[in-house]
Amino acid sequence: MSVEAISEKSAKSDFWDGVRLSMPVVVASAPFALLFGAIAVDNGFSVLEAFLMSALVFGGASQMVGIELFGQHVAPWLIVLSIFAVNFRHVLYSAGIGRRIAHWPLFQQAIGYFILTDPQFAVAERKAEAGETVGFAWYLGLGLPVYVFWVIESALGAVFGKLIPNTHALGIDFLLPIYFLGLVLGFRKRPLWLPVVVASAAASIIAYKTVGSPWHVSIGAVAGVLLAVILPPHHSGVEAKP
Amino acid sequence: MSTTLWIIIAGAIATYLTRIGGHLVISRFENIHPRVEAGLNAVPAAVLTTLVAPAALTAGPAEWAALIVTALVSLRGGLMAMFLAGAAVLILARQFVG
Repeated sequence: MSVEAISEKSAKSDFWDGVRLSMPVVVASAPFALLFGAIAVDNGFSVLEAFLMSALVFGGASQMVGIELFGQHVAPWLIVLSIFAVNFRHVLYSAGIGRRIAHWPLFQQAIGYFILTDPQFAVAERKAEAGETVGFAWYLGLGLPVYVFWVIESALGAVFGKLIPNTHALGIDFLLPIYFLGLVLGFRKRPLWLPVVVASAAASIIAYKTVGSPWHVSIGAVAGVLLAVILPPHHSGVEAKP
Repeated sequence: MSTTLWIIIAGAIATYLTRIGGHLVISRFENIHPRVEAGLNAVPAAVLTTLVAPAALTAGPAEWAALIVTALVSLRGGLMAMFLAGAAVLILARQFVG
């Protein structure tokens, strides 16, 4: 798509393009939001506190870890540190997406970083890689439904948590890995894709078995990124700038 | 304020720092070294792989079938098609193998 065609498209239709792409994420994250709400109340949070945590943190895995530690009466600073550790991968997303959204006004960037989740980053990177501009309306369309549903479903889970039946038969505990695999494969045309995936997979599995969760995410990610940094630039498709 | 509320607020601030921190560090450099750029380009595949690989390793036949179908569909179809196909296979397979 040419630059002219993009600028002619209204922000409104960009927004709805983003909303369309957000739907798999909304579906895949719904069970986790409900589950989070239910577990939160079970571990001593009020419905309002469960709602607030989803609204302010907006990071599924870190919320689960936080609530689990809270239930075990772990020291507050250690809970906060654990939330930070689980979310640390976002530092990499932040560094990557900054190149794509630097043309936005500061306030829009501040919002953009707040809703920077795993799928948000991956889908935005796909768009940028296709040579398209990542606009604020489109980005908001992609992220806002995920946020709104996440917060509402967390509260619903907190209120009605005990009513959730055994979810295994519906497969909802494995929907996110399926979605993430699809995203990984979507980047297969990038230089060094296979070596990076192999390095990250191996490192994350080894770390998962030895150091344990959630550190396997950061360790595996760093392994893949380091490989791309270490290999000579002519392998990575990045030309040295004069 | 209760301790719980403080934990939530501190956790939220810590999380926002991770979401904005990478950009704040990188934007301080005027020229991005090619190796750093290569590293940034590797981020999506590297991080997302760590969210799949251990989960796949510790899963069973139903999950593996779903992942294989997801991979096959992703060669041709879009994100939505591949997600729905993988989810359908997972639900179907779990009726048989649990």
